[in-house]
Amino acid sequence: MEGTILTTKDLFVYYDTKCAVNNVNIEFQKNKITAIMGPSGCGKTTLLRCLNRIHELNPSAKVEGKILLHGEDLLAIDPILVRRKVGMVFQRPNPFPTMSIYDNVISGYKLNGIRLKKSEFDEIVEDSLKKAALWKEVQHDLHKRGTFLSGGQQQRLCIARALAMKPDVLLLDEPTSALDPISTSHIEELLVELKKTVTIIIVTHNLAQAGRISDYTSFMYLGELVEFGATDKVFTNPQNEQTERFLTGKFG
Amino acid sequence: MENQYLNSGDKNIGVEKSTPNILHKKNWKLKEKIFKIVLLFAGVTILLIIGGIILSLLFSSIPSLKKFGFSFIIGNEWDPVNEKYGALPFLIGTAMTGFLALLISLPFSFSISILLGEYFKKGLLSSFIKTMTELLAGIPSVIYGFWGLFFVVPIIRNVEMIFGAIPYGVGILTASIVLGIMIIPYSASIGREVLELVPNDLKEAAYSLGATRYEVIKTVSIPYSISGIIAGIILSLGRALGETMAVTMLIGNMNSIPENIFAPGQTIASIIANQFNEANNELHISAMIELGLLLLVMSAIINFLGKYIIKKLSVEG
Ligand SMILES: Nc1ncnc2c1ncn2[C@@H]1O[C@H](COP(=O)(O)OP(=O)(O)O)[C@@H](O)[C@H]1O
Ligand SMILES: [Mg+2]
Repeated sequence: MEGTILTTKDLFVYYDTKCAVNNVNIEFQKNKITAIMGPSGCGKTTLLRCLNRIHELNPSAKVEGKILLHGEDLLAIDPILVRRKVGMVFQRPNPFPTMSIYDNVISGYKLNGIRLKKSEFDEIVEDSLKKAALWKEVQHDLHKRGTFLSGGQQQRLCIARALAMKPDVLLLDEPTSALDPISTSHIEELLVELKKTVTIIIVTHNLAQAGRISDYTSFMYLGELVEFGATDKVFTNPQNEQTERFLTGKFG
Repeated sequence: MENQYLNSGDKNIGVEKSTPNILHKKNWKLKEKIFKIVLLFAGVTILLIIGGIILSLLFSSIPSLKKFGFSFIIGNEWDPVNEKYGALPFLIGTAMTGFLALLISLPFSFSISILLGEYFKKGLLSSFIKTMTELLAGIPSVIYGFWGLFFVVPIIRNVEMIFGAIPYGVGILTASIVLGIMIIPYSASIGREVLELVPNDLKEAAYSLGATRYEVIKTVSIPYSISGIIAGIILSLGRALGETMAVTMLIGNMNSIPENIFAPGQTIASIIANQFNEANNELHISAMIELGLLLLVMSAIINFLGKYIIKKLSVEG
């Protein structure tokens, strides 16, 4: 169970000529939760979006350096395969409004034209919704559209949708920043449970959240990774001056 | 002055006289009232005009309505000399050209919507295609008719000879082809606009599940904007039904039910354009006004149908 699953080596990301991620070297540990923190605009989202190559949707974004998934060059694999292995959950809950809850969960299969038996899909839906701790609430409404759900439920639906593809890594970009405290704690509990089966990388603005759920914490400042280590060490004994300022609430 | 202060509901009586510029708005209530009345007047005028048009059409078609009743719609003979007026050939002609034109325009307008709404959103090529499509909408109808006569008619004539049909050149198909080209910009521009409205984070969600661009368009973008796309198609059908000049020049102007798509025919708009000048007895004029009324009703129904579909398909939230 131990070991590195995802590594960046000398990673630079540019928007046109602006450097948003500056020489980041980081090793994400398997079946752990790694939090990425830092003041806004420091490049957290940009870094995260490289890890499943969704940054390529933006033609002005350029990447230099290496990203290794299971030791393999992620930038050389078919991006479509990368994205199935590395799932993503966004800041604003974004279930597909034209689809039912059921179809949302299996939308990855539908989108990719993967045909399975009804019973197999049923199983994936139930399994993913259970993993996302949403099954009990929606099991009788599977064929309704997901738009009537609360924000927190919608976000868990998005997590279920990502899990249905059975990814190795799950990327989450401030997944609770649009949610109320109760929904937030639901999702935090869920993530801790999920790390048994999937490696979690979460961008968060919320110090307490990182402290509660993450095993490792990284801290970015002006595009650079200035701190990385086990969460309890980083929180109690930060090596970097900017990290210390952030932790003591001096900015951000 | 003092009165206005109190009436305005502004209770800042204690405000000093040294800051009058902000608080003194002269006669603002009156201006507000006048402005509102002007706007209201314009709105009411439009209502009156529309009501007036419908009423006068209705009123003028009374002789024809009385004489023919329902048989006006199912009668297939239009013979001013013997005072027989049946509109069925024109209803069929209108439906056929409208439907065919839609069929011809659809692949183009749909593709252009997706091309501009998804693939080339910005840049030189995009603005070039966009401008050209808009230009298509700006070409006067008579020029389309003229172009059709000189370029489409000879081609259709050859096709008709190949198929062994009578080589009129003009006819339902010729009119539909030109009409189809004419209505491309309407559904294309609406289609592009609604596709651009698909939230980016939905597309990103689909991409991050491993979808390709085609799959995202098919499974996310089009379902999200389908009601708008249909609205565009319906709008363009409305435009096709009422189009007069180009159709009159190309449809062959034959007052009988077209036997096939090569045959000459007549739409409601084209028969009116053809005969309004020569109609000199009351019944003939009345029959044509009833045709106009029919066209109006058809357009209204299509509009209503479109809105109904949009309402049913529209995405909540
Ligand atoms: N699409 C983009 N085009 C150009 N610059 C961008 C884009 N997205 C982000 N940036 C810039 O890159 C830097 C990092 O942004 P981001 O990764 O979103 O930071 P964070 O998520 O930490 O707030 C910022 O300075 C931002 O202005
Ligand atoms: Mg961000």
